[in-house]
Amino acid sequence: MASYDTTTNAGQLLATASGGRRRRGDRIFSRTALLAGVTILALLAGVAVFLVTEGFPALTASAAELPKHESFISYVAPLAFGTALAGVLAMIIAVPLAVAVALFITHIAPKRVALTLGYLVDLLAAIPSIVYGLWGIFVLGPAAVPVMKWLEEKLGFLPIFAGPASITGRTMLVVGLVLAVMILPIVSAVAREVFAQTPRKLQEGAQALGATRWEMIRTTVLPFGKSSVISGAMLGLGRALGETMAVAIILSVSGGVSFNLISQANPSTIAANIALNFPESSGLAINLLIATGLVLFAITLATNFLARMIIARSEVR
Amino acid sequence: MVPPPEATLAAAPRRSIFAHEGSGGTLPKWAPWGAFVGALAFCGAVEAALGWFTIALMLVFGALVGIVAIYAWSRVVEGARRAKDRAITMAIAAAFGVSMAPLISLLYEVVSRGVKGLSWEFFTSDARGVVGGGGAEQAIVGTLVITACAAVISVPIGIMAAIYMNEYGRGPLRRALTFFVDVMTGIPSIVAGLFAYSLFELFFGPGIQMGIMGSIALSVLMIPIVIRSAEEVLKIVPDHLREASYALGTPKWKTITKVVLPTAFAGLVTGVMIATARIIGETAPLLVTTGVVDSTNANPFSGRMQNLAVYAYNEYRSPGVMKQASYDRAWAAALTLIVIVMILNVIARLVYRRYKTEIR
Repeated sequence: MASYDTTTNAGQLLATASGGRRRRGDRIFSRTALLAGVTILALLAGVAVFLVTEGFPALTASAAELPKHESFISYVAPLAFGTALAGVLAMIIAVPLAVAVALFITHIAPKRVALTLGYLVDLLAAIPSIVYGLWGIFVLGPAAVPVMKWLEEKLGFLPIFAGPASITGRTMLVVGLVLAVMILPIVSAVAREVFAQTPRKLQEGAQALGATRWEMIRTTVLPFGKSSVISGAMLGLGRALGETMAVAIILSVSGGVSFNLISQANPSTIAANIALNFPESSGLAINLLIATGLVLFAITLATNFLARMIIARSEVR
Repeated sequence: MVPPPEATLAAAPRRSIFAHEGSGGTLPKWAPWGAFVGALAFCGAVEAALGWFTIALMLVFGALVGIVAIYAWSRVVEGARRAKDRAITMAIAAAFGVSMAPLISLLYEVVSRGVKGLSWEFFTSDARGVVGGGGAEQAIVGTLVITACAAVISVPIGIMAAIYMNEYGRGPLRRALTFFVDVMTGIPSIVAGLFAYSLFELFFGPGIQMGIMGSIALSVLMIPIVIRSAEEVLKIVPDHLREASYALGTPKWKTITKVVLPTAFAGLVTGVMIATARIIGETAPLLVTTGVVDSTNANPFSGRMQNLAVYAYNEYRSPGVMKQASYDRAWAAALTLIVIVMILNVIARLVYRRYKTEIR
C-alpha cells in the first residue's frame, strides 16, 4: 500500500486505487521540484568552488611570479580597504535618509499618495548601475566640485577633507553619494515593511496618552523597527561593497590607502578593479583577479549572513 | 452629541497667531506649506541679491530655513512639543525630497542627453568596419539574446524551486533553502561573472567569451529574484483551493499544475518580468564573460556578443576621435536600457492588475 503522509485523504486513496500511474506523476513532479531546490544550493556552492579553483594559482604563487611583483595580501589589502571605505560611506549617507523615506511613506504622507511614492522609491532600484555611473561622472561629479572645494577650505583640518580637492569630481565622496542612492531603496524597503507592521495598539496607546506624532514614532515605531533597520542597513552595505560599474566609471584611482574623500588620489575597490583590469588581462593576472573576487565574495557573504541572522532572530521574537 | 471637528474649531475663540505658549493655539492648516514656500522665497531673494542663485541651493537652504521657521512659529503658538513634532515632520519630508532629487535629475539627464544619440541608424546597423561611429544593433540583439537565454534558464529552475519550498519542502532542507536564497540575492554581480568565466575556462580554456556565459552569470543573479517573488505569490494561494482539489481525488502534482499555478499565474508573470528588468541592465558580469564586439552576433554559443550596458560603458571608456559623438551614443544606449526597464515594469504591473485572480 501507499505510504501515508499528511496530505493523504479519501480522495487520494481513491486515486491510488485507480492505479499507480498518477502516483508516478506525483513522484516525477516532486523529484523535479526537489532537484530545482538542490540546484540552487549546488549553484551557490559552485560559485565558491569555481572561484577557489581558479583563484588558487594566484593564492599560492610567490610575490615574484605575480604580475605586480607583490604578494597577494599586499595586493588585495588596499582594494579591500577601498571597498570597505566606499561601502561604509554609502551606508552612513543612505541609512538616515532611508529611515526618513520609510517613515514618510508609512506614517506621514497621505495614504492616497503613499503607494505611488513607494513605486517611485522602487524605481531607484530598477535603474541599471551603468546609468548611475554615467550620471555620477557627467552630472553629479561636476556639480560636486564647488562643494568639495568649499569643504577643503572650511573643513580642511579634518583628514577626510584634507584635499587637494579634485577638479573633476571623480572622488570617493561622489562614489559614496552615488552608492548611497543605489542602496537607499533596499534599506528603505526593509524599514518600510517593519514600520508598517508596528502594532496599532502601541501607536494608538501612545497617542491616547497625548503623544504628538513624532513622540509616537520615537517611542513605538523606531524601537519596534530597530533590529530590522540594522539588518536592512547591512543588506545595503553588502550591495554597496559589491557594486562595480558605478565605482569603475566614477572613481579616479591611484592605489594606496587614504581616508581623504575629496582628492583625485583614491584607493580602488575590489569589484571596480576587476572590471577595469579583467578585459586586458591574461594568464596569472586573471587568476589574481579571480582570487580578489573570492575575497569580495567572502566579505559580502559574511555581511549578508549577519544581516539575515539578525532578521531571522527578530522574526522568532 | 459630539459636534464635528469643524464646528468645534469655529466655536472656539480665534486666537492671534502670536498667542502665548500653553494657550493651546493651533497653527492654520497651511502652516507647513506656508513656512516652506516663504522660506524658499526668502532664500531665493537673498541668493539673488548675493548673486549666486541656483535652484539646488535655494531648495536646500529653503528647507533648512523652513524647518527653523515652522519651529519658531509653532513654538510661540503651540508650545515646545508640537513645535518639535512639526520641525521633525518637515525634516523627514525634506529628506524624502532629497532622496527623490537624484531620480528626477537622473531621468531628466538621461532623456535630454540620450535623445541626441538616437537615430534610425542606432537601432538598425552595427558598428562593424565603421571608424568612430555606427549603430548599436549588435548591442540590442546581444542584450535580447543574452537576457532571453538567462530567463530560459532561470524561470523553470526558479519556479520549480519555489514550488518545492512552498508545496513540498519541510524541515532543515527547506529552512536552508530559504536562508541561502536570501544570501544568494546578495552575491555581487561581478562575482557571478567571475563564476561563469571560471566554469567555462575549466572546459574551454582561457580567454573564452560567449553569449551563453553571460546568460549563466545573469542566471545566478536572476534565480533568487524569481524564487523570492514566486514564493510570495504561491504563499497567498489559499489552502482551501488545494483541499477542494484533493477532495475530488486529484493527485498533488495535478493540483499544483492545474489549480495552484493558474491561480498564481499573474503574480508569477509579474515576478519574472521584474526579475528580467533587474538583470537586463547588468554590466559587470557581461564585461568579463561576453566581451566586446562590433558586429552583430545572434548565436549565444559562438564568439563574443555585445550588449547595451557594456556598449554604453565602452563608448564612454574608449571614445573615438569624436568624443562627444561617443558620449552621445553612450547616453542613447543608457536611455534605451531605461526605456526597456520601464516598459517591463509597467507591463508587469498591468499584467498583474488585469489578470490577477481575485482570491476571497
